[in-house]
Amino acid sequence: MDFLIQLFTDPYAFYNSHTLLIAQIGINSILAASMFAVLYSGQLSLAAPGFMAIGAYTAVLMSLYLHTPLALNFLAGTLFAGVTGLAVGLPVLRLRGVFLAIATIGFIEALRLGVILNFPIKVNGEPITGGGLGLKNPDADPLGGINMVLIALAVVIFLMWRLTKGRLGHAWSAIRQDELAALSQGINVARYKMFAFVLSALLAGFAGALETNLNFFVDPNEYGVPRTVQILTFAVLGGTGNIFGPVVGSLFLTSLPELARGAKDYRDILSGVILIAVIVFRPQGIVGRGGLAIIRPRWWPQRQSRAAAPG
Amino acid sequence: MQQQLLNAISIGSIYALFAVGYTLVFGVLDILNLAHSAVFMLGAAVTYSMVVNHGQSFWVAAALGLAIAAVMGLVIEHVCLRPLRRRNAPPIAALISTIGLALIIVAAVEQGRPEHPYLAWLWVDGANSVSFPISALPNPTWHVAGLTLEAAKVAVIPISVALMLVLGYVIRYTQIGRGLRAVAENPRAARLMGLDVDRMISLTLVISSALGGLAGIMFGLAQTDISPYIGRDNVEVKGLAVIVLGGMGSIPGAVAGGYLLGLIEIVALLLFGSNVRAGVAFAALFLMLVLRPQGLFGSSLSEKV
Repeated sequence: MDFLIQLFTDPYAFYNSHTLLIAQIGINSILAASMFAVLYSGQLSLAAPGFMAIGAYTAVLMSLYLHTPLALNFLAGTLFAGVTGLAVGLPVLRLRGVFLAIATIGFIEALRLGVILNFPIKVNGEPITGGGLGLKNPDADPLGGINMVLIALAVVIFLMWRLTKGRLGHAWSAIRQDELAALSQGINVARYKMFAFVLSALLAGFAGALETNLNFFVDPNEYGVPRTVQILTFAVLGGTGNIFGPVVGSLFLTSLPELARGAKDYRDILSGVILIAVIVFRPQGIVGRGGLAIIRPRWWPQRQSRAAAPG
Repeated sequence: MQQQLLNAISIGSIYALFAVGYTLVFGVLDILNLAHSAVFMLGAAVTYSMVVNHGQSFWVAAALGLAIAAVMGLVIEHVCLRPLRRRNAPPIAALISTIGLALIIVAAVEQGRPEHPYLAWLWVDGANSVSFPISALPNPTWHVAGLTLEAAKVAVIPISVALMLVLGYVIRYTQIGRGLRAVAENPRAARLMGLDVDRMISLTLVISSALGGLAGIMFGLAQTDISPYIGRDNVEVKGLAVIVLGGMGSIPGAVAGGYLLGLIEIVALLLFGSNVRAGVAFAALFLMLVLRPQGLFGSSLSEKV
């Protein structure tokens, strides 16, 4: 509870003492936005941590060995993740639903265990990626990085909001609701799906590169299946109807351990109980149909559906 | 080499048993039950705890572990799945609620330390990895033709094969099996034909979770490693790989996939060394999905989720 009290009574001190938490919320929101891009177009792709790993390792290795400026490292990491997204998307986007999810899990685990841990380019007999030991990143700037994260988050939210409101967003919605019907309306389903997949890869690669600026250490175990499950939870719990859902989901779930701190050792159990309770009472997500009401009383007026007026 | 092959078949049996439960729920409900690996771990943890902390014999402990795993099936149905079905929630919501339950089970076992009176009856070793004491169960070892046959590792094979044959028979030839297949085919039509669909789904989850718990107990025996994380680290994602290799929802497929994965892992181990082993399994999974999405035994690919 101290956490919330401080937030309302002394926001400035709260900002200073929880800088890393706020930065992590920002990163998680960008990741959730990456998951949102694929879910909004009806694809259950779980590849985000793989693209994050590509963005993160590219950025850190460039700064370590080429000493290039930060902006260039981020750009290279993001673009490389996007190009990989294109290459991975070509074969896997023919799959749907759970099959796509499992193929992307295969991709991230093969990338992490097969490529990153056993990278063919060696320095002093060790893979250049540091293998299972991880990679030190002495140039990180955890406290200065937060401004960059918050600006990036604002840009990403604005971008996704505009995209989903435009022609592209309508095409994605149509594909999500009924792929066959969208195809019969002349929507180029394959191209729009690929666009969503590559956009999601770019966002995840960008978030991965940004995250390296907050940590002095890149740990390959961060980019596995638990991470992808976490990102999926952010997006689904927040609601995938619009971009604000995933952001609210990451805000809620990233600060949940702080909120549940009072439960001490039983903190994880409480987090699980809250997770189940929220999804059972709000299957459409926190920000979804029906506004912010958690439980709607029976007598509450229903919103009338807008039927076409006669005449 | 032969020894490695034997190990592959032994671990493959455990994968198969675990995956049969996984695929049964997917086949009937079209839902991935991500709490399955937590139930796997709970079966092993309860059995260990009953033997070591409560002084029961191994057989009593294993029966209790199995019973608790089966009860967890009912918990999954009543807490995670039925409320969402009532609300016509999208299938992805069930994914999240089972993740929540898995978090609770793992956290509860993880916090099982002597200072927590409510959890200490369940488990006392916190996050540590332990194994059954040698005196708990006689483990005769034979040496035949250069092979070392440990009873704990070898017994896994006939037990899982027998169980999977029984399950296959029940699903194929009995009244209950017909009911399950009807619900899998079309829940609405099954209800109109007078089937109690909710009861059939509860039954599916109880069978599935009991198989998961049994796989956990056998994993604890054969691999001598029990900790709150064995489900997450050893079978959760590999179980997915197995059911995809065999074809989603297909029980013979899950069995074949389990042994195939055990074999792929051992071949990768012999060819590339231990640190590439896991990566090769996932590369195989990826290729399998891209080249033959219906799996080894799947028939046609229908839209799911």
